[in-house]
This record gives sequence, structure tokens and C-alpha cells, in this order.
Amino acid sequence: MDDLLAGFAAAFRLIVTLDAELIEITLLSLRVTLTAVAIACLIGLPLGAWLAVRRFRFRRTVIATLNALIGLPPVVVGLVVYLMLSRSGPFGVLDLLFTPTAMIVAQVVIVTPLVASIAHQAMRELWAEYHDLLISMGASRWQRMATLILDGRRALLTAALAGFGRAIGEVGAIMIVGGNIDGATRVLTTAIALETGRGDFALALGLGIVLIALALIVSGASHWAMRTERHGRW
Amino acid sequence: MVSLLPLRLEGAALVRRGRTLVGPIDLDLPAGDVTAVIGPNGSGKTSLLRMMHGLQPARGRIRWSVPEAEARQRQAFVFQRPIVLRRSVAANLAYPLRLRGVPREEARARADEQARRFDLTTLLTQPAPSLSGGELQRLALARALITEPELLFADEPCAALDGRATRAVETHLARAASRTTLVLATHDMGQARRIATRVIFLLHGRVHETGPADAFFSDPQTEAARAFLRGDIVE
Amino acid sequence: MILALLLMLLTTLPASAETLRMAVTTSFDASGLADILLPEIAAETGIDVQLLVVGTGQALRLGEAGDVDAVLVHSRAAEESFVAQGHATHRREIMYNDFVLIGPVSDPAEIADAPDAATALARIAAAGTPFVSRGDDSGTHKAELRLWNAAELSPEGGWYRPVGAGMGAALNTAVAMGAYVLSDRATWLNFGNRDDMTILFEGDPALFNQYAYLPVAPDRHPHVPHDRALRLEDWLTGPRGQALIDGYTIAGERLFTANATPREARP
Repeated sequence: MDDLLAGFAAAFRLIVTLDAELIEITLLSLRVTLTAVAIACLIGLPLGAWLAVRRFRFRRTVIATLNALIGLPPVVVGLVVYLMLSRSGPFGVLDLLFTPTAMIVAQVVIVTPLVASIAHQAMRELWAEYHDLLISMGASRWQRMATLILDGRRALLTAALAGFGRAIGEVGAIMIVGGNIDGATRVLTTAIALETGRGDFALALGLGIVLIALALIVSGASHWAMRTERHGRW
Repeated sequence: MVSLLPLRLEGAALVRRGRTLVGPIDLDLPAGDVTAVIGPNGSGKTSLLRMMHGLQPARGRIRWSVPEAEARQRQAFVFQRPIVLRRSVAANLAYPLRLRGVPREEARARADEQARRFDLTTLLTQPAPSLSGGELQRLALARALITEPELLFADEPCAALDGRATRAVETHLARAASRTTLVLATHDMGQARRIATRVIFLLHGRVHETGPADAFFSDPQTEAARAFLRGDIVE
Repeated sequence: MILALLLMLLTTLPASAETLRMAVTTSFDASGLADILLPEIAAETGIDVQLLVVGTGQALRLGEAGDVDAVLVHSRAAEESFVAQGHATHRREIMYNDFVLIGPVSDPAEIADAPDAATALARIAAAGTPFVSRGDDSGTHKAELRLWNAAELSPEGGWYRPVGAGMGAALNTAVAMGAYVLSDRATWLNFGNRDDMTILFEGDPALFNQYAYLPVAPDRHPHVPHDRALRLEDWLTGPRGQALIDGYTIAGERLFTANATPREARP
């Protein structure tokens, strides 16, 4: 109980004093995760829509694979991305290891299956509703996907937010490929792991509270943006 | 432009797991008629319309006088339960035009004009899913007709509507029929008498009797049709 | 607006001109010494040292793969074979600290008055009181195994708990279980969550913990900035670096003793 209170106190202190290091790692957390989620959405949302409107031979296999990939342990993803980006690995010459870019790559791999799978679920329901109409109107495959993505945007926002939630709280993979380098690749989650290791539970908890607050703000902001858009566009 | 019609069905049939549910059906659909497709529940009215429109894969041959991809662009379908996009009424009306590459501004202007014709102007900015049943079907009809199709299928469009809404939709259908060939599935014999010029009477998935509407209603040739018109249960 | 924000997020921050990646052990980082040394290094040599805090095993793997430019660890045998295999140009001793045995204040195995470290461990094994081992192939773990070896014991049984984690995590586990644990002094002094645990045994020369610096061989990995690694070595072993290491204290206790060997002729 004391530790929890100390955690809240630490979080409060960090925030009101605008701790420079806290701001730096928070901005990096946001930058890495938002970029990763944006890329995951660019891949995952059309993929989900495509799986919903398209019938092909290995469709079920693809969907099952996608759902299985959601359960992929981030540490394994981190290790594989590390081996790829290592100087001794196939993409070593790019010199990306221990950079924010490497962290983004790992998070894209972790988040894309989740985004695509949730998007597919949502798109499938909408497709069941729209199917006859869009076929009747002779919409092309691209037009069908575009219509589903546009009209299902609220469900897709949920998919993106789920991806954001998974990415912002992820520590195993980015620890390996980012290295938790102070001032270069340290983000909220790796800082929490570090402070826990140092036995400074109050600071670790304080950072955790900042992390949760951040997730709440991003989620709230996107819902708010969606609502204002709805009022404006109907 | 070559006319889309006649549409010719040769042995068209809906077969599922080896059982023939509808057909085989042979028929010609010439241009200009208002064809009422009637028959008891389960006789295959909806399936026949969907087969003709290409929504329902079918056995046999369904032939247009133009290539199939082009034929699709020149016809429209109004469903028994209206399907609307989760968008505004205006966006719903403009949607078929946008699919055909009509520029946004022009599509918008034509949607406004269509809304005036179908008495939807005050609803233009409303979310379509929030409309009442009658308004929804009026919107679906207005949207189907905005591309000026040569052929319109309407599958029991008034089945779920009250008297006043039915009247409104029927009036719009009748007006549309002066410019387009109309195939109307209905269980409302009054409606069929009022607007149909031709009748297809279905029974057990097959065409049981067909002919000009006047002749069919005044002097049906088959016992089943007579019973159906009397309101008896037809087995 | 959203697009501008994304662009801002996507553009990477400019990297400083002279960076050097060094893999160090958790114990080195957790001691807090890095926070003192790195700003001084940056100010005096212009090198921005990026620390990768990992176990000794992983640190050597990173060096082997060429993913870091230098390694600072404390496991002599592993370091010497690392040099012998050609992964580093040489091994340079920098400083040492020592290991201590931590346990509950009540000291159920009565190790506080043991004559040497091996006897202390033997008493823990005999009493069967819980003992947390790093179990992660780190320098600390290897030191612990050497001590068991000296005591002629092979630790196993329900009381022996290898956690396979870093020093901090192992300490957290030991505190929660009221178990004995071998820790480097620096990490323990810097550790926040001590509860009713304390240093019970210290001072045996067998607990001596030597840190050495290994610059990754440029003939294996031409991309490593070997000159920079040598400049860092010169600074660490020079008067300024050695004085800072000796002068670092926590609660009045000195943590490290600088003992850099005089520079040998370097090829």
C-alpha cells in the first residue's frame, strides 16, 4: 500500500516538475508507438478488409495464421528482429540496431496481426450488411474495400487503439532491439523495467501511471476526434 | 446505345446440395413492361429476381443483349429490407454516381435534385440508418433510380410498410415505370393490378402461368392461379 | 494537422556525431557509476557513450556480432577466451568491486561469522535456507558458481532458486522470499527495496570482482569506430577516469577501486 502511494506521489512529482528525462522518454514512446501503429494500420486495415470481401482458397488459413500471430511472444519477435538487424545478420549494413527505427520495426510485426484481425472481424460484419447492395451496384473490389474501410472507421479506430495499447505497453521486444539506451532508445516501458530492477518501485510505478495516463489521453483524443467528425460529416 | 433487353433465361435454376429449389425457368423479359412476379410465400419470387440480377449464381443461361459487366451497370435492385450505407442520406444518394466516377460536385447536385423528386430534401443531412421504414425505402428507390437504369428490380419493396408509405413508394414506382422496365415481386394483388402490364405466376419454384396482366387477373388459365387470386391456400 | 504530427514523429532526431556503443553488465549500470562517468566522458573526449545494459553472456554476444563497439564486463575466463577467439583486440583491466552475501537480518544459517565465503555458502546449504541464484550465465552467476565449487558443493534442491534474471530482479526476488543472495556491492548499495535484508558476509578475497574493458576487433567488424574505443580506454585508464572511479561513494561507502594496469605497448 505504501509503495502504491509512493508511486502516485512519484508520478505527480515527475509530471508537475516537467521532468526533462520523463518528457524525453514519453515523447520517444509516443513517436515509436504512433509510427508503428500508423504503419500497422496501413497494412492491417486494407488486409482485414480484403480478407472480408475476398473469397480465395487459402483464406481460412491466412485468417487462422493471423490469429495465431497475435499470440506471438514479443520477446521472440524482438529476438528475430535483432538477428535480422544485427551487424552479423542479413540487414546489418543498414545499421538500424539499437535505434528507434528498429523498435518501430519490431512493434509493426507485433501489432499488425492484431490490427488486421480486429479489422477483419469488423469488416466481415459490415460486409454481411453491405454485400448485396455493393454487388448489385457493381462496385469493384477496390471500391468495396474503400467503402468498408470508410463506413467501418469507428470499428477500425478500435482496431488501431487495440494496436496502440499493445504497442505502448510492450517491453520485451523493444528492450532487445532498442537496447534501452539512455537518451537514445529508452522509452517508458524499458525505463519501468530498469527502475524495477534497481528496486526503485516508487519511480517505476510513477512511470507506469504516466504510461496509463498517456494511453487514456490517446484513446480519449481519438474518440473525441471521431465524434466531432461524425457531427460534421453526416 | 444497344438496349440491355430482352433478358433471356434458358433453363435457369437454383440448385443447392443436389436439390432444385427454383427452376428450371425459361422466359424472355422484353423492354418496357411492368412485370409483377407473384406467387405464394416460398414459391421463389425473391430467388428469381436475384438470379436475373446476377446476385444469385444459377445454373442454366441468363443472357443479356450486351456483355454482362456492362449489363450490371445499367440495372438496379431495391431490396425488401432496404440496405443503406452508414452515411448521410445525401451521401447514399450520391454513392452510385461516385462509383461510376461522377465528380463529387456533380454527384452532389444530382443527389439534391433526386432528393427533391422523392421528397427527401429535409432529410439530406440525416444519417440514413436513423430513417423510418417508409423513408428508408424511398431513399433506396431514389438511390436505385439516380443512375437512370434501364431495368429495375423491386423485391416486395412495400412488404414491411404501412398503408401511407406503401402508397408513396408505389407512386414513385409507377412514375419510374414510364422510363424504365420494372420487375416487381409482390404479394399485394391490388398493387399488381394497379401497375403491372404483365404477370409471372410462380409455384414451387417454376413459372406456372404467365401473360398480360389484364388477361391474367380477369381470366386466369390455371386452377392454381384461380385459387391463389381467390385467396385460397395453394399447395 | 494529424499528418504534420506524424511527419514530426517520423523524422528521426539527429544522432550526435561521435557515438560509441558499449555493452556493460547490469551490475555496472545499477551501481550508478555510469551516471557520473558518462557526462564527464562526453565533456572531455566528445564521445557520446551509449550503454547497453545486459548480462555478461549477452554483452559478449553483442561484441561478437559487432553490434557494439566495446564491452565492459567482469568474468575473466570468458573475457580471455573472447580475446583468444579474436573478437576483441585486447583485454584491459579497469577497476574492481566486490561481491557480498545478502540475507535476512535474522541470519538463520549463521553465516555472519563464517571464516571464508566457501564456509558461508556451505552453512546455507547445510541449513537448507532459500538461496536465490542469478542463474543467467552472468559474471555474478559465474562468480557464485566458482564459490560453490570452492566449497566443494553442487547446489541443488528446493532451497536453491535460480531465477534467470538480472541483479535487480534477483534482489527483488530474494527480498520477497527472505532468501540469501550473492550480489555485487554496488548494486546492493544502490538498491531501493531492501526491506529487512542486509550484508551478512563480506571481505573474503575470493569475492574480488574485476572489471575489464574489451574493444571489439576492427578486423572482424570494419564498421566499429576502433579509434574512438581506444580513446575511451585511454580516458577510463587515465588519471581523470581512475580518480572519478575511486571517488564514487554511496552513503559514504566507496564502491569501486580503480586498478588499471599501466599501458602496455599497443600494436
